[in-house]
Amino acid sequence: MFKRLAEKGPAIAITVDGKTVNAHAGDTVAAALLAAGIDHCRTTPVTGAPRAPYCLMGVCFDCLVTVDGVGSRQGCLIPVREGMKVETQLGRREAGR
Amino acid sequence: MTAAADLASSYELVVIGGGPAGLAAASLAARAGVSTALFDENPGVGGQIYRAITSTPVKDRAVLGEDYWDGAALADEAKASGALIVNGATVWSLDRQRLVGVSIGGKARVIEAGRVIIATGSQERPFPIPGWTLPGVMTVGAAQTVLKAQGLVVCERTVLAGSGPLLWLLAAQTLRAGGKIDAILDTTPRRNWLQAAVHLPDFALSPYFAKGLALLREVRARVPVHRVDRIEAVGADRVREVVFSSAGGTRRLPVDLLLLHQGVVPNVNLANAAGVTHVWNDRQLCFVPVLDADFGSSVPGIAVAGDGAGIAGGTAAAERGRIAAIAAVRALKPDAVVPDTQAIRQRLQREEMGRAFLDWLNRPADGFRMPEGETIACRCEEVTAQQVRETARMGCEGPNQMKAFLRCGMGPCQGRLCGLTVTELIAEERKATPDEVGYYRLRPPVKPITLAELASLPISEAERKAVER
Amino acid sequence: MAAETRDGDEFDVAVVGGGLVGVATAWGLSREGCRVVILDEGDRAVRASRGNFALVWVQSKGLGLAPYAGWTIRSSNAWRGFSDLLKQETGLDVAFQRPGGFHLCLSEKELEARANVLKRLHNQPGIVDYKTEILTHDQVKAMLPDIGPEVVGGSFCPLDGHVNSLRLFRTLHAALNARGVVYRPSHRVESITREGGEFRLTTTRGEVRAAKVALAAGNANMRLAPMVGLDCPMKPERGQIVVTERLRPFLNHPVVTLRQTDEGTVMIGDSKEESVDPTGLTIGVSATEAERAVRQFPLLANVNVVRTWSAIRVMTQDGFPIYDESQSHPGAFTVCCHSGVTLAANHALTIAPMIARGALDASLVAPFSARRFHVQAAG
Repeated sequence: MFKRLAEKGPAIAITVDGKTVNAHAGDTVAAALLAAGIDHCRTTPVTGAPRAPYCLMGVCFDCLVTVDGVGSRQGCLIPVREGMKVETQLGRREAGR
Repeated sequence: MTAAADLASSYELVVIGGGPAGLAAASLAARAGVSTALFDENPGVGGQIYRAITSTPVKDRAVLGEDYWDGAALADEAKASGALIVNGATVWSLDRQRLVGVSIGGKARVIEAGRVIIATGSQERPFPIPGWTLPGVMTVGAAQTVLKAQGLVVCERTVLAGSGPLLWLLAAQTLRAGGKIDAILDTTPRRNWLQAAVHLPDFALSPYFAKGLALLREVRARVPVHRVDRIEAVGADRVREVVFSSAGGTRRLPVDLLLLHQGVVPNVNLANAAGVTHVWNDRQLCFVPVLDADFGSSVPGIAVAGDGAGIAGGTAAAERGRIAAIAAVRALKPDAVVPDTQAIRQRLQREEMGRAFLDWLNRPADGFRMPEGETIACRCEEVTAQQVRETARMGCEGPNQMKAFLRCGMGPCQGRLCGLTVTELIAEERKATPDEVGYYRLRPPVKPITLAELASLPISEAERKAVER
Repeated sequence: MAAETRDGDEFDVAVVGGGLVGVATAWGLSREGCRVVILDEGDRAVRASRGNFALVWVQSKGLGLAPYAGWTIRSSNAWRGFSDLLKQETGLDVAFQRPGGFHLCLSEKELEARANVLKRLHNQPGIVDYKTEILTHDQVKAMLPDIGPEVVGGSFCPLDGHVNSLRLFRTLHAALNARGVVYRPSHRVESITREGGEFRLTTTRGEVRAAKVALAAGNANMRLAPMVGLDCPMKPERGQIVVTERLRPFLNHPVVTLRQTDEGTVMIGDSKEESVDPTGLTIGVSATEAERAVRQFPLLANVNVVRTWSAIRVMTQDGFPIYDESQSHPGAFTVCCHSGVTLAANHALTIAPMIARGALDASLVAPFSARRFHVQAAG
């Protein structure tokens, strides 16, 4: 789907559902997921349909993911950090995380 | 990095949004000696048009084009102006008293503003076709965002669909960056030329005329373009193919990525929640705020500048920001020295020339704005066009009753991706105008904040007594 | 069905008000075979039915007017059957549940005040005992495992429940539509006169004639009731509600200030302010609601608030319902109350048949006549 223009650049390791993904400095969580070719980042709370980032400008809320244990974060607005734990959000969020 | 705790309790001017309008407004006001804070929710300034202007990994200036790099001067000027510029700062509330609710790094504050300039710009118009919620279907703007900010370029099995300048610009940028586009599905209705043609002389004088033609030539030379009147994204777990038809028949293309775009519309949420009066603009097919010559809104002390005031593009946005800032400075500090607005207004007029042509030419077809059947209108709550239409026929007159009945607009996006669709669907069913139908009444928080953030805000004795009994 | 009014349209009953009280009454009237028209305001009407908290609530009801407790329990008991009837007609489930509900206290002082209210309530002559108990922290925790340490205790009533009130609103509209009841939005009633044995209702979009009139216009009944020789003294107040994103189920019982809807969202509320500006919102009031919610259920701290809103409560001057029939204008009725959700079953199944018959049943609703205000004034 997407390729990086410059493959070099400071690498930042994050995990997505426990698997290591190499992101770049300057990536948002959503961009890192797209660059890694990940198919979807959540399923909807209404019908469980898979969704992936759509607008990448903070408008659509389809890139909601769990970041470091906190659910429903907008992946397109959060820069990646070394060691960040990203999880796919399945359906309704669980209270308390 | 500015933290929520570092903010003062009040600023003379709060500017919301760090695109061209916000940057220009904040620079001008701060230089005139007004205490100015600019809040922007993105990791860096630039807004959408100059996204990642200070950090883009795309160093070959030809890829994004010279118009993009114009943003660097705006960003530099703002940085040097003395305005407090806070990125990663989400404004979630604004009211008639100009109390600004802002959240930074998971901590919320409510601060007072003497004047407010809303510069939250535009968003891409909803493009409700069958399958538009499937993974692999994104907006053209989204692809441009990752190109600018992360240097990600689309390749292999990518189709662009829609209309409007941004679609052609992204196509050109992608090709220059070595990316690949399999096809462009042009949804511009042919009859739009009839209404657009009378405005062609004006457009021919505007700076966009020559640029636009060159862009079209650049793209058409390398990408097959099909004129279509129906598009469907097909796939179970993700988009697998795009099906499109025109008078000539139906065709299918395998795709990994389908990028949609049919113009941009003002991002009205914050202004609407603040109580700013909006009206329907039939040429641009969207709601726009009612503004005076200085971009002042119906709410005293609150101005709306940039594309949020009606779509006119990035250069015009900066000029509008300057005009709004001059009005704010004059109100706050009558003795301050400010630039002459006459020259700015002339530049703005030149920028806005030719807008009518672009608007009429790229006016999306009814079928791409008012879907039928099982096509989803509200992505968050998964409400279909059919449900909205049936409920309208049942006597539901407007979007607020519709929201109560079907939950459309109640999800986290707060109607940003269904508001116009729902209004227009009701209007079509009722045979009324969108202005008569109206829009969602929006409420804070216009962007979600956590319960703990809300709980952390100051509470007066009277406010506590209103709840504890 | 939302067609323009033609002058001279005639109906058995004109229901004024298309909120929950109006549509529940209209649905009941239609079941009785009446030809009904509903005259409503438009999309931006000040409408409690779009802003309410959706409890079907018993505990605390009746302090100051003992028969109100019995009237409320009657509706609570009728609610299951009412929701079943609606489901049969429309296929829509309004998610009525009656698992028993809580009132949670965050200090000993609050708990003591709560116990006092219940004691005064139960000491009234003629009160129905609805078995509300005061519970300790541990007893509450056994039923609501996610409460925080600051919850000192609370009260529990097994008759309390809740419903999806927006779906109820939609379901009643859908049922009315299917029954052919005429619904006219943007028909604000300007005047009502009685001529030649029938009522003429002048609206912003034409005139409607009906043999009977049921005023179910919420706070606007104050304006309308005198047109038919009735009195409906109101004292509207503003309430604010905070609502979260959808969550997985964590709360099995509604709390009077906090409940999880069948869709998963958590509603937090119950503020009271004197303002009647429905567009204003007080951030500090939302903050107080949020702060108490997090103290009651600490696991909600990181949950996202999606929206807050204010709505104007329909509130009579003493807080109790008003059901009246006009002596001077036979065939005119008022149906007015704060608890349009809780009492919906009564309005549909008890009040509507009375209106259809042309007379209120004094044995059930005499205590709710607005005449009580004049008695007090005279005394």
